[in-house]
Order: sequence, then structure tokens, then C-alpha cells
Amino acid sequence: MILSLNKDTIQILKEQDVVFLKNRVKETAVKIKMGLVNQTRLLTACSELVRNMMRYADGGVCIVEVVSSGRNNGVRLTFSDRGPGIPDIAAAMRDGFSTGKSLGLGLPGSKRLVNEFDIKSKVGEGTVVTILKWANG
Amino acid sequence: MDKIPILRMGAFLLVTIQVDLYDRLALNLEADLVQMVNKTNAKGVLIDISAVSIVDSFMGRIIGNIASMSKILDAETVVVGMQPAVAITLIELGLPLKGVHTALDMEKGMNLLKSMIDETEEDADEDQTADDLIAE
Repeated sequence: MILSLNKDTIQILKEQDVVFLKNRVKETAVKIKMGLVNQTRLLTACSELVRNMMRYADGGVCIVEVVSSGRNNGVRLTFSDRGPGIPDIAAAMRDGFSTGKSLGLGLPGSKRLVNEFDIKSKVGEGTVVTILKWANG
Repeated sequence: MDKIPILRMGAFLLVTIQVDLYDRLALNLEADLVQMVNKTNAKGVLIDISAVSIVDSFMGRIIGNIASMSKILDAETVVVGMQPAVAITLIELGLPLKGVHTALDMEKGMNLLKSMIDETEEDADEDQTADDLIAE
């Protein structure tokens, strides 16, 4: 059972919003006493996903939540956009696959950096990616 | 507009990144640095990232690009001062930064650059003597 304790919604439309989001995520992670390495993992994953949102969907919304399960606290980030959607999620999750001119590490790399990773996408409607990083784990 | 200063020291260029990079800033740095290598005939580029707390795939690619671009302009690149958490994250992300030389701190990085440049010069000298011998 995962409880959501604190919820913040941040609009991402321009590059300054990305800086603001990263600062907010960092603050949240520090608040729940997440270790430095896990903070870095979470922020890197956040950076990858928010870049995808900017590049492929011209922005979107990110929800920053503090969640709790038993004695463990964590940060959950939900990125939702109204972009073109991903036709083949399995391909997008493979290392080295990219429809842009990037390395194709964003989605599979982010998945490796966090504890829980979920992606839902519908062509023509948009994409929702949810990640969760526990403070210890 | 923010700008990351590039300092010249002898045959080397020094870049100390003191802020967390966003995409535009990183792209500008890439362009500026390659221009500077060309303009100053630099033999080495030293990039200090000790104050950078996040390197994601985009930033990693820029660092790799700077190294390869400098390489074809005959300059070596050494990245120094990477935080341990950043190293862990880069590997887990799947970005081993192949082809980029690294050193623990500025001093070691400087020594590495010097030794790399000495080596290439020695090679050039050896070729020279070999040519002289053939000529004789």
C-alpha cells in the first residue's frame, strides 16, 4: 500500500521550468532524507524524462509527490504530456533506440535508475511516465 | 545569457563548470570550446566538472562530442573532478563515456595532459629522425 503524502503540480513549458522542476525534486528528495547517490539517480532520470517531454511533446505537466509505504518514504514523479504518443513502447524501451537524434538511453536508462517505472502511451493522445525512487533502496 | 568562461593557460584551455548545465548552455559551451581550440592552437582541454551534480545522457553526449571534436583538431580532452554519485549514475544509465580521458583532480588532469602531449611530440621527433636516416 503506497500512500501519497504531498502533491505538487508543475507546468513544464520552457527551459526555465525544467530548472525549477529539478530544484523542487531535489528539495523534496532532501526533505525525506534520500541519500546523495539516490538523489543523483532520481534527478538524472527526471532530467531525461523532462527532456523527452520538451523535445517530443513541447512540454507537459510534472507531478511531484512524497509517497510512503510502511516505514519507507520515496519520491514519485509523474510526467504527462499531450504529444504524439509512442507507437512502439517495447522498441522505445530498448537501449539505443531513438526517433530523434539522441543516444536512445533516456527511457531505458531512467528505468535502470529508479525503483519503479511505468509508461503508458496512446498515439495521438500523449504519454504518461511515472517513476518512483525510495529514499533507501 | 549565461556563459561558461574558457581560460587559456599555455597550450591548454581550462573550463570550470560551476553551475548545473541546462541544454542551451551546454551546446554553447561545445561550440565556444571548439572555436577556442581552433583560435588558440590549444593542445589540450581540461574540463572541471567537480561542481556538476547531474550528468544525464544529453550532457554525456556533449562531453563526448567535445572530446572527439577537439581530437580531430589535434587537442586532447581530460575531464576532471567527477563526483562519485555522477560516475555511478552514468554507468547505470548506460553511458560509459568511452574515448574521454578522466582524472581525479585538476593536478592529475594537468599531468595527464602534459604526458599525452609529450608522447605525441616524441612520436613526431622519432618520425623525424627516421626520415632523416632514410634521407641519408
